[in-house]
Amino acid sequence: MDTTGPLSSDGLVQLLTPSGERIGHEQFDAYASHLTAHDLRAFWRDMTVLRAFDMEATSLQRQGELGLWVQSWGQEAAQIGSGHALREPDFVFPSYREHGVALTRDVDLVEILRIFRGLQHGAWNPADHGFHLYSLVIGTHALHATGYAMAMDRDGLVASGTPAADGAVVAYFGDGATSQGDVSEAMVFAAVNNAPVVFFVQNNQFAISEPATRQSRVPIADRGKGFGIPSVRVDGNDVIASHAVTRWALEHARSGQGPVLIEAFTYRRGAHTTSDDPTRYRSKAQEEYWAERDPIARLDAYLTSTGELTDEFRAQVAAECKALGERTRTTVRSWSKPATATMFDHVYALPHATVEAERAWFERYESSFEDLEAAR
Amino acid sequence: MPTFQQFTMPDAGEGLTEADIITWMVGPGDTVEVNQPIVEIETAKSLVELPCPFDGVVSRLLAQEGETVDVGAPILEVDVDPNGEAPAEPAPSADAATAPAAAPAAAPASPAHDVPAQDAPVPSADAAAGSSSDEGSGAVLVGYGVRAGSAQRRPRNADALEPVGGAQDLGDYPVLAKPPVRKLARDLGVDLTTVTPSGPGGLVTREDVEQHVKATAAQTLATYPGDDQPWLETGTTQGDGRTTRVPVKSVRKRTAEAMVQSAFTAPHVTEFHTVDVTETMNLVAKLKQDRDFQDVRVTPLLIVAKALLLAVRRHPEINAAWDEDAQEIVYKHYVNLGIAASTPRGLVVPNIKDAHRLPLHALAVELQHLTAEARAGKLPPAAMTDGTITITNVGALGIDTGTPILNPGEAAILAFGAVRQQPWVHEGEIKVRWVTQLALSFDHRLVDGELGARVLYDVGRVMEDPAQGLVWA
Ligand SMILES: Cc1ncc(C[n+]2csc(CCOP(=O)(O)OP(=O)(O)O)c2C)c(N)n1
Ligand SMILES: [Mg+2]
Repeated sequence: MDTTGPLSSDGLVQLLTPSGERIGHEQFDAYASHLTAHDLRAFWRDMTVLRAFDMEATSLQRQGELGLWVQSWGQEAAQIGSGHALREPDFVFPSYREHGVALTRDVDLVEILRIFRGLQHGAWNPADHGFHLYSLVIGTHALHATGYAMAMDRDGLVASGTPAADGAVVAYFGDGATSQGDVSEAMVFAAVNNAPVVFFVQNNQFAISEPATRQSRVPIADRGKGFGIPSVRVDGNDVIASHAVTRWALEHARSGQGPVLIEAFTYRRGAHTTSDDPTRYRSKAQEEYWAERDPIARLDAYLTSTGELTDEFRAQVAAECKALGERTRTTVRSWSKPATATMFDHVYALPHATVEAERAWFERYESSFEDLEAAR
Repeated sequence: MPTFQQFTMPDAGEGLTEADIITWMVGPGDTVEVNQPIVEIETAKSLVELPCPFDGVVSRLLAQEGETVDVGAPILEVDVDPNGEAPAEPAPSADAATAPAAAPAAAPASPAHDVPAQDAPVPSADAAAGSSSDEGSGAVLVGYGVRAGSAQRRPRNADALEPVGGAQDLGDYPVLAKPPVRKLARDLGVDLTTVTPSGPGGLVTREDVEQHVKATAAQTLATYPGDDQPWLETGTTQGDGRTTRVPVKSVRKRTAEAMVQSAFTAPHVTEFHTVDVTETMNLVAKLKQDRDFQDVRVTPLLIVAKALLLAVRRHPEINAAWDEDAQEIVYKHYVNLGIAASTPRGLVVPNIKDAHRLPLHALAVELQHLTAEARAGKLPPAAMTDGTITITNVGALGIDTGTPILNPGEAAILAFGAVRQQPWVHEGEIKVRWVTQLALSFDHRLVDGELGARVLYDVGRVMEDPAQGLVWA
């Protein structure tokens, strides 16, 4: 399914072929050389656990326990690989699909489901995880990330002279988001302010039903040039390459050299969300082509061939997945609906007259319903 | 003893209210486990396989293939303790408290598990047609929208839900209306709070807005070419041919009502002031030459308007209203400056919104625009509401002055008389000067004679010496 333009696989940085063969790369091998067999097994474990969780959440949506679910299926390598390149005091601004990055930032995956059960707008403290709340408004957080990065620079957290203490920001968004004005504005600001921000685009080839060919004539990474931002295209189904490229980009940003644009070329194996039906706009053949390039299968093949993936380890991870599935089910089902008025709680950090007036109105409105009991 | 659990129809999309059962993959007696696909359903959006939420043995299918089932209604019953060790428990029904908040809170009470499955209704033709339609995209954040009309409404208390008497009955609830209806209202200049809603739960519909516009728009007088007495148009000439009786309606009716209401609720006091406006006339002449004012007509009315705005700024208490019901005086922090305009349809008082914020040129532009639109009968209703203080330019008709009646809901109105050349004592000598009369009527309930006098005096000061405006600006 190699094509031209944004779907071409030209110039993709790759360290692991689809068949699981480890290959070299002049520039980026150095950024993967530290990875031990133990590290790679950990990548495999994280991707496997993430996928199991993803499938469990999908089932829960189908059972009426979640209002919506957004799958990360197929994008595990891009997320786990890049997420493991992060450290303190790096800060992440995710979209809504970045469950894998959340995992690498020690967010309890189950907690994420509070959002998708319609209980909370965010379910973790961003400060505790260096991981901002999910942004459902496409592309808006590219600006937030850039502003945060500029602030980190002013706080002396960039090129401080102590490289181990330096930090940077990563903004995750999709191919579709690159068409959003906010994203272009963010790149303009990031470039001219030399902001330590990495724009990590997961080109999963679709913005809901719109193929990436309708977002750009050229590979998305090529856009960086126009903004004056160094860019890399990486095989997003290759966890090792995704990790190496992100590591390089973060070092670049943390050391005061400014922003980087990474295009991780991948494929959204599931539907856009549980409300979507992809059979309406893409072929079975295409899905099968990409199933053969699955990110977990690729690392699995490599680790199996090197003898690093024992049956014992597989069984251990399988048990972990099963336990997580059970914990997910029981936890989600145990969550009751909070008072609807709690939606006013975190609008502003301090009391705010307008919000208080709206809350008071809302409470009166709520009490006007007959089925008061059910509403509580 | 067996323990039965029911699986209720989930909302597999965002905001769906029903789905069709396509194929059952299990039947009574089958052992099932958690997340095993059990049934294929079709929603308005797609074909979806539902996974079983329980481990156990299927005891009953509660919905037939082909049946359209409401979200929240039970479709399957599973014995989750088929070996009978646990004590019997009644099957829990769909419990709103544990369903996700995003799903509609309550499905219509449906005793589906008491109804033999064979008696279940067959799918209706509409349901099938509805599910294949792709119209209607409501706003959902991550994805495409919900089908029009798929939202469920919770019943409101009888007293809370009383749309009949109009929007006022809803107390201070904001108006309920869908975004396209809000846009329509904005485009038509209709204040939604004044529209009587007819939709469920007090929702204002598109038809309501259209109806409101029809009811409140100034009716065009159907005059015939050459008809020079348009005011007789709707009248009936009496038998003796000496009079025509014309039903009072439209602008005339509203003018009459407003004037009666105003004159007989607000005790009016009028004060008069004659001023030498020669400097104002000089300023008008100069502005007419000014490059910046080439695109707009400059008239003495513009300077009066500016003078009044300056006076209001110095005495903001004049820009107020008496609220009889609340027994409160409403002081307004904005000036919507009314300009009484005589039009072919009668007297209207449109106002310039937030006139206090406008620099002189912008004020001139607005003034010209307003009068032109008024004459053309193109003013939207919103231009006529929420005025805070008014000027009536009686001088335009060559009249020296009058005692203007307040525009209802305002505390003051200024009449600007004709500007005439008259003999006037100027710097100790009798000179020919431009002179005019100003008259200010005010609501004596909230404006005392002194305040009225100060406002009127200040308007006169600026007219006499526009440079004073620099001091007060
Ligand atoms: C500003 C904005 N516009 C539109 C939407 C509706 N929407 C939700 S997801 C989506 C597609 C995003 O595609 P992409 O950026 O490629 O991210 P992906 O979902 O593929 O991860 C759109 C248009 C939105 N959430 N926000
Ligand atoms: Mg995409």
